[in-house]
Amino acid sequence: MFSSSLGKKYLMALTGLVLIGFVFVHMAGNLQVLAGQAQINAYAHSLQSLPWFILWGSRLFLLAAVLIHAWTAYSLIVENRKARPDSNEVEVTKRAGLASLRMGLTGSIILAFIVFHLLHFTVRTIYPEYAEMMTTVGSPNESEIHDAFLMIISGFKHDIISVFYVVAMALLCAHLAHGFSSVFQSIGIRSESWRAKLDLIGVGYAWLIFIGFSIVPLSVLAQKHGIYEFYDPSFFSQEVDDEALSTNPLNNES
Amino acid sequence: MKLTLKIWRQDGPKGRGSFESHILDGVSEDSSFLEMLDQLNEQLLGEGKEPVAFDHDCREGICGTCSLTINGHAHGPEDSTTTCQLHMRKFRDGETVTIEPFRAKAFPVVRDLIVDRSAFDRIVQSGGFISVRTGSAPDGNAIPISKVDADQAMDAAACIGCGACVASCKNASAMLFTSAKAAHLNLLPQGQAEKDARTLNMVKTMDEAGFGNCRNYGECSAACPKDISLDYIAKLNRDHAKAKIKKIFS
Repeated sequence: MFSSSLGKKYLMALTGLVLIGFVFVHMAGNLQVLAGQAQINAYAHSLQSLPWFILWGSRLFLLAAVLIHAWTAYSLIVENRKARPDSNEVEVTKRAGLASLRMGLTGSIILAFIVFHLLHFTVRTIYPEYAEMMTTVGSPNESEIHDAFLMIISGFKHDIISVFYVVAMALLCAHLAHGFSSVFQSIGIRSESWRAKLDLIGVGYAWLIFIGFSIVPLSVLAQKHGIYEFYDPSFFSQEVDDEALSTNPLNNES
Repeated sequence: MKLTLKIWRQDGPKGRGSFESHILDGVSEDSSFLEMLDQLNEQLLGEGKEPVAFDHDCREGICGTCSLTINGHAHGPEDSTTTCQLHMRKFRDGETVTIEPFRAKAFPVVRDLIVDRSAFDRIVQSGGFISVRTGSAPDGNAIPISKVDADQAMDAAACIGCGACVASCKNASAMLFTSAKAAHLNLLPQGQAEKDARTLNMVKTMDEAGFGNCRNYGECSAACPKDISLDYIAKLNRDHAKAKIKKIFS
């Protein structure tokens, strides 16, 4: 089924579709940060408290989708280079945009971003102190739960990290702008009358994802630099910063 | 018009090609691109040099023999045009025109600008036909075909097999050609009996020939002198998936 050139495209499309769905759910989850500490902590806690087989089943499913998507892309790119070993003296395009021509580049950077993001907020090896942020705010039964809100605010208070997140989301936006409609082309459910509509929906979806994901880091930066107050200002006081940075290996960062 | 022509020259399939520049004066704006190359060859022969080898036949845009990548565009920058139907009035006086062969591993250079496109013939041989008893021609309209299907099959059959889709694709994918050749039979009642086998065999032959993979750029359709739609690629993807699934469960 998946051995031919078309089969590999089916794999790209199907795993891409899984990831297209995932980014929306992830984005919708993130936006709860705007509703405050209790809301996002309760949401994060409810995800962490899912039965282990659902939690780990979903994680492994998503990991498999990313790995299959990346490996298939690599294998397709290798074959494509072999198929056209000599480039033209003059390389031009009539219709293809940068988003479609640079899927490999945007995809590779997004993959690197995913690794960084998991180490940053999920495994928390970049800032191990994030794991020790506990609170009862948002807890269903007064017990201590992980303070996701404090972690997110602390995480995005670093200018460079926030900018990297926003840039990565811009690249994801470019990737989706071509990838979304390509899913339908590759599995063969795009027609003359739907092509323009799907292209438009794809670009719209890509922008929605970009804006939805970028709001959180940008709002934290905006408050840090005194542009607008989105969150409880006590999270932006110097003591919180000092506490968060106390064991920070990069604490000389401005 | 006076033009500087930067042309790919290559002795043979194993030769190392390189560009060669020639200045050609007195080119008529009304001449076709191939007539301009004829003029260049006259000039080269007069100078005792080897003329440039290029493919051509009908020179009226229907045979699919002419090729050439002109200033980076397969069949030149004009839409819906073969090289033979491209006129020199589309170029500026004094312009440098870069002329290269169609580049793809599956289209090896034979000499200069001529490439071997027999990989396309192998794709057609593996499924681009229907098996019927020969005899007298069937009565017209003996098999009813809807207008929509007939139109779509006809649009697919407009493919002249020139290879511009492969040459314009950054991955040298032959999906537009293969999909058009499969679709014009897969859409018609006469093509149904062998539909699945046709689809699987043509894709297999295409892969074996060393063409690249489709990345949905749409460059092929933009370069196609017959404006074959990307819909046929979607249809090939669909027909192939169905055929594969049926094969698994049969």
